[in-house]
Amino acid sequence: MSALSSSVSMTRYQVDGKLETPILETVAAGLNKHAIVEIDDPSLEKVVGWTSFEKPYHPDFGGSSFVYGKFLVFSLRIDRKTIAPKLIKKHMVLESERRLSESGRPYLSRSEKEHIRDQVMDRLFATVPATPHIYDIVWNYEDAALWFFSNLKAANEVLETLFLQSFDVTLIRMIPYTAAFYASDLTDTQKDTLLELTQTPFTG
Amino acid sequence: MLDVAVAYNRYKFLGEEFLTWLWFLIDEHPAILRKTDPDLTSLEIGNRMVLLKRHKKAVEKITVRGENAGLEEAMLALQKGALVAELNLVYRSAELKWQFTLKGESLNLSSVKTPKIAPPQGPEDMEGLVLEKIFLYDKILQFLEKLYKTFIKIRLSNRWHNRETSLMKKWFRAAR
Repeated sequence: MSALSSSVSMTRYQVDGKLETPILETVAAGLNKHAIVEIDDPSLEKVVGWTSFEKPYHPDFGGSSFVYGKFLVFSLRIDRKTIAPKLIKKHMVLESERRLSESGRPYLSRSEKEHIRDQVMDRLFATVPATPHIYDIVWNYEDAALWFFSNLKAANEVLETLFLQSFDVTLIRMIPYTAAFYASDLTDTQKDTLLELTQTPFTG
Repeated sequence: MLDVAVAYNRYKFLGEEFLTWLWFLIDEHPAILRKTDPDLTSLEIGNRMVLLKRHKKAVEKITVRGENAGLEEAMLALQKGALVAELNLVYRSAELKWQFTLKGESLNLSSVKTPKIAPPQGPEDMEGLVLEKIFLYDKILQFLEKLYKTFIKIRLSNRWHNRETSLMKKWFRAAR
């Protein structure tokens, strides 16, 4: 529950688009459809999906359990297998040596090396468990605002893609331009001025 | 509406000008900050400030760290054309204290610390705890959003070039 940690990172979004009514049922359907599942294909490197805020290892969105007052609170979970590069190198070297010894040849071709690498990666991925990474989300539906508790680029990109797939609405990251364009009630003239804006020369 | 990836790079300077303006307000016009948020007791520079001077493709970075660190070097960087790229801020409201770092190019927040709240006594306390924490985050986010709106309105008006930039230049030149 990173949102309750003593120190957090936050990325702010605006939700662009309308959900089908009844809203809570639409959100629950999207969460259930894209809920995280355990990796059952041993060669799979990564799975992503929604999970419960309070029970991130047992996703359950029944009974509006994701509703806290006027906020929708749930989490993005990314389960990823990571293998240390030195471990890959070790197994590559061992396998290459075994093949050279068996064949009696002095070197391996590029395609043989690639084949060995694929085999080593498949074997290691099958034995390494996936590490879960959990990022909390607070969605204020009434204000079309969402907070994502991470600044990691990769996690933000996964969120944006999965959110669109799940709820058919777009997340717009609040960066300096979008925060001005969307959230500052600008007139059309001000929006035109914004498009032409250049950095202020403070020296001179 | 520009593509977000294009806009991110194109408008980095806007977030950095916002942070520079914010430091100017903290130093010179704290009353404007209190007008933005009547609950605000004080807003202070915290334990970290990063300034960037961009010139064509070269970027010069100045980092000031530590509690009560002197900001002379940072002020000198402003005089040479740098902008504030990251700013750690301490927001106080009555006895409560928030501390966080705001990044100019993305407006992302990091190292956000809110006032402490009582731990839950049981699962039935969880909803109340979550809502209290959300309220505490919302407090500073609302403040920053209002402040950014005020900045943007000024930045897109003639006042920016006619008045604000002159006052800002006067402020950092006076710090020589």
